[in-house]
Amino acid sequence: MGMTLAEKIIAKAAGRPKVAPGEIVTCKVDLAMIHDSGGPRRVKPILDRLDVGVWDPSKVVLITDHYVPATDDESRNIQAIARSFAAAQRIANFYDQQGICHVVLPERGHLRPGMFAVGGDSHSPTGGAFGAYMFGVGATEMAGVLATGEIWLRVPETILIDWTGKLGAGVSSKDMMLLLCAKLGMDGGRYQAVQYAGDAVRALPMQERMTLANMAAELGGQAGLIEADSITKDFLRAAGADVEDDESWRGDADATMSEHHVFDATALEPQVAAPHSPANAAPVSSHTGTRVDVAYIGACTGAKLEDLRMAASVLRGRKAARGVELLVAPASLRDQEIARREGTLDVILQAGGRLLANACGICAGYGDERFGENVTAISSTARNFKGRMGAATSNVYLGSPYTVAASAVEGRIADPRAHI
Amino acid sequence: MSGRAFVFGDNIDTDVLAPGKYMKAPVEELARHCMEAIAPDFAQTVRAGDVVVAGRNFGMGSSREQAAQALKILGVSAVVAKSFGGIFLRNALNLGLPVMVCPTTEQIRQDDRVAVDLVGGRVINETTATTLAGEPLPGFLLDMLADGGLVPHLEKRLAAKRETSG
Ligand code: SF4
Repeated sequence: MGMTLAEKIIAKAAGRPKVAPGEIVTCKVDLAMIHDSGGPRRVKPILDRLDVGVWDPSKVVLITDHYVPATDDESRNIQAIARSFAAAQRIANFYDQQGICHVVLPERGHLRPGMFAVGGDSHSPTGGAFGAYMFGVGATEMAGVLATGEIWLRVPETILIDWTGKLGAGVSSKDMMLLLCAKLGMDGGRYQAVQYAGDAVRALPMQERMTLANMAAELGGQAGLIEADSITKDFLRAAGADVEDDESWRGDADATMSEHHVFDATALEPQVAAPHSPANAAPVSSHTGTRVDVAYIGACTGAKLEDLRMAASVLRGRKAARGVELLVAPASLRDQEIARREGTLDVILQAGGRLLANACGICAGYGDERFGENVTAISSTARNFKGRMGAATSNVYLGSPYTVAASAVEGRIADPRAHI
Repeated sequence: MSGRAFVFGDNIDTDVLAPGKYMKAPVEELARHCMEAIAPDFAQTVRAGDVVVAGRNFGMGSSREQAAQALKILGVSAVVAKSFGGIFLRNALNLGLPVMVCPTTEQIRQDDRVAVDLVGGRVINETTATTLAGEPLPGFLLDMLADGGLVPHLEKRLAAKRETSG
């Protein structure tokens, strides 16, 4: 019996020829990513108490993104702790205010297929878009990883999600994920490995694949995986990663999947998730006409270069409706610069968009920019839990960058296909 | 030891347990706002030894371990749920907060007196005089809990290692 992609990566990291779902193994970590919120300010006191340093600084990447921009003393202090930690622990891979961790990590060439990686953030499954096994952990567990270079896990089953057919114009990977949240529920992933496959997935550009892996978190999966192919390798090589040509990071054809779901991308309509859960997704037609105060293009899930391009394709030559605030927080500085050079950013700004920092911003709900009382927003982010992005009375709808842009133009939730 | 049950539904998320607005504040302060968005009285009324009882996917969402830490600070002695968000479950154990999966938590009512038997893998409802079967944790996690969580556990391990190599 063959092994799944997840099993192969975990077996290698555990130093074993074979592993099977349910076994508990200890793995050596190839890469640990930390950010300013759950990173240095929380792990440093623990490492100090254990009287150890980082096990291997070359395997650690530190990115500041949650308390960016630092607008008060507490945030400035959190940033200062991150900087001094990077210096004291000799972490050369330190990206200070360069964008959101899940986007910066592959953009700077730190991921490779077959890696076993952990991140101090729940959307760490994003790394799985590159064929790496990557999952999120809390700060104490991360401190344990930084101290020892190891972590335990229960070998997951693999839930295979097949997308056949071809996405229509104005429909994106975000719509695929919102549909999955509604169909499978927010615990449908059962903390197992969620693997995406099929023609519609293979046709996606890299950053669209990242949205699928990213939102494996919303399905409750431990990891989200996509087998690497030439699109993966081209992206990573362009980012400066040293990617080998071997094709070994694929699951075996006779490996056992615990569940196999098939969905048709051709029939997929744009989806919108009503407050306060991504699982409240339904076709956009069930919400068209709902007035919005804010349209937010942001987050690792919804403001990468590809996301900005989608929004711009709707906004070109148009303006946000009167009374609607259009906000855009490009997911990384580098993506923002490319968007600026190619004119994408300008289209969004011409439409009335207000540019925010390349950071988590309103998505995290940690900073000064938050949704006020009774505000209705449509957002390209991953989560619309009650009170997450602002007041408990704010109502956040989730949609694709296309749908957010179309809704900004109409001043109410709108089907983007009429605008493409 | 038994405590009073505080009963919640499915999909209680980490933003409800540890609201983003208070994430900069010391965790003791954040704990006073735990569950505020759905149960404004919870943090004021819960007492040391009380037990949080929930449905499916408790602690889903972010990796912020303050979600588990807040419950611990408030004195919650254990969380029993039909299932947990995977990161929350790990965080809770790492912080020394006992958690147990129990598929029939709907049989526990608000304010019932319950005792959680981690080693035996069961919940004893003293109010109704019934026992519900749960899933016992693997031994190495019980050991870590007994040490008080991951940090004291690692402290012990590292000390032992230093001794043998020293
Ligand atoms: S942008 Fe949002 S989802 Fe992404 S890492 Fe930041 S807070 Fe998390």
